[in-house]
Amino acid sequence: MRDAESGFRLNEASLVKQAFAEQLKLLSLSFPALLLVGFIVLAPIAWLSWLSFVDADGFTLANYERLLNPSYGLTLSTTFQLAFLVTAICVLLGYPLAYIAAQLSAGAARIMLLCVLFPFWTSLLVRTYAWLVLLQKRGQINTWLQDWGFTDAPLRLVYNFTGTAIGMVHIMLPFMILPLYAAMKSIDENYMRAAANLGASPTQAFWQIHVPLSLPGLGAGVMVVFVLSLGFYVTPDLLGGGRVMMWSMQIERSLSVYSDWGAASALGVVLLVITLAMLWLFSRLTGVVGAAAGGK
Amino acid sequence: MTSGPLRSDGVGSAAALPITVSNIRKNYGNYRALDDVSLDIHSGEFLTLLGPSGSGKTTLLMVLSGFVRPDSGSVRFADREVVLLPPHKRDIGMVFQNYALFPHMTVAGNLAYPLKLRRVDRAKIAERVEKALDLVQLGGLGARRVDELSGGQRQRVALARAVIFEPRILLMDEPLSALDKNLREQMQLEVRRLHDRLGMTTVYVTHDQREALTMSDRIAVLDKGRIQQIDPPQALYDNPKTHFVADFIGESFSLPVTICDGGATLFGHPLHLPHKITGSAPHFLVLRPEKLTLLPEHPTDAAAGINEIKGQVRQSVFHGDSVMIYVAVRDGHEIALRVPHRGKVTLPQPGDHVSLGYGVEDTIVVPATMPVEGGMR
Repeated sequence: MRDAESGFRLNEASLVKQAFAEQLKLLSLSFPALLLVGFIVLAPIAWLSWLSFVDADGFTLANYERLLNPSYGLTLSTTFQLAFLVTAICVLLGYPLAYIAAQLSAGAARIMLLCVLFPFWTSLLVRTYAWLVLLQKRGQINTWLQDWGFTDAPLRLVYNFTGTAIGMVHIMLPFMILPLYAAMKSIDENYMRAAANLGASPTQAFWQIHVPLSLPGLGAGVMVVFVLSLGFYVTPDLLGGGRVMMWSMQIERSLSVYSDWGAASALGVVLLVITLAMLWLFSRLTGVVGAAAGGK
Repeated sequence: MTSGPLRSDGVGSAAALPITVSNIRKNYGNYRALDDVSLDIHSGEFLTLLGPSGSGKTTLLMVLSGFVRPDSGSVRFADREVVLLPPHKRDIGMVFQNYALFPHMTVAGNLAYPLKLRRVDRAKIAERVEKALDLVQLGGLGARRVDELSGGQRQRVALARAVIFEPRILLMDEPLSALDKNLREQMQLEVRRLHDRLGMTTVYVTHDQREALTMSDRIAVLDKGRIQQIDPPQALYDNPKTHFVADFIGESFSLPVTICDGGATLFGHPLHLPHKITGSAPHFLVLRPEKLTLLPEHPTDAAAGINEIKGQVRQSVFHGDSVMIYVAVRDGHEIALRVPHRGKVTLPQPGDHVSLGYGVEDTIVVPATMPVEGGMR
């Protein structure tokens, strides 16, 4: 009897040991990845914040005080306006496209998504310059608009806010469509059938059942597009023609024109904090809805 | 568009509509899902569509609900042709196989949805939701989210949502298949009681013959897109018209018989039959285990009106309430006999030679394939 008991105890000890060994093994397997993340993400961010708070004399808030200058406020407002506008247009264009793709047969949907993804395989720079050509004063779009009698004089479509928005929407659209498509694809068709059976017209069923159930995908798409738009540099720089000042361009200017690492770091930290705050706000807003819609 | 509370008076007929299905055909490519199906469903009846998967039972239900457009044929609710009516205008309740409860609404929200669509006023909605929750014994759970409910509770919510707007027709698509056995049996009785209380015409789809026998007023057995037989459960069980029905409903063992001049012989011995057999197509004798009895070793009198079959016991299996004794008969065929388990009865052991008897009225001889004229109704 006693032998058996001690036998059990021995067994228990070795089981605990085995469980510990297993955890250690898992940790050692993920260690390289953790190290990498630490070195290329966390450490630079820490260094960035450090740079923004020090100058030759030690600790300083000068870099942040400078941001109170109204020109930075204007840049921030332009950045947010553009990000909001691009996100809104992406929702308006992306939602119907994703909806159609989700209704199509598997083969047709694959072709359609391929078309959506196709721009991804072309360089960002090439696409931006292509828009430059299309949108310029004597570009194809202005020619068409005049040929068809929509306008008498060429419209200013580039080197301004409009051109920047058009170019950014084109680049951001796939980031909206893909999560939306995934969310819509996971909506059981029986939900729509149940709605119809209970007396909902197709329009009612769409707004009252389909849209709420696709909100997690919409939230993800909005979040990605908005955050990417906030920090966008290449397209606004080229299509804005210097008239559209984005936050990222201020950072670049601090470095290349003034070689002021402290000021650039402060700008970077502010953008990071604002982005994190937006993400938090979004997840609070859509997370509640998402949890309700995600449970099946 | 009634706005009164859920009926509690049990008056059925006024609250139900009869359904007439005529010559419905539906092909998917070359596959015949429904092959000229006609069916009269009485007002207030509980009718079950029973069949194996691919038999067309769900397709027929989808035609009734309006989600599948048939290639031809007619569906009438009372005298109204509805085959062209879109689903949201048919005003019929439906319980889906996976319940299809809206995950972004609470239980009460799900129940209120059909009432909101019918513009019932707010106070009345709250009242009727409460009443419907009580009806399915979920009082007080209105504020719960759907994913906080157990399978059985979701089932009840789906049921309540399907009846809260007092449809005069209720369709159910294998609603209990996701539940475990005990809960399923309990829900079968509850669904049937709900039907009796609310009185609407109910069309129930299942592949579970036991469930169909338990719940239905009549059962329509489908196979390969055609209705094989429609009858009340007992008639279907005792007098199957085809070998498919006999095989599908209940437990049975089939033995080939030879037909000659309206009579039948089994392994060369003539059978006592309840009625003459017409035609000369191949037929089967269908034996149900509970209808067989062990005959004494030395029969005192060769009883007339009893058919007898001899064999050797192969195996006996204990089922708790009964013992199944598998008996090998001639030509490699096997039949089984069910003996109720009570007291200390000496049962035959494997290897024993036994003779089994069955009454003339239990002698079911059916054609191997469906006779041509039996296809329509």
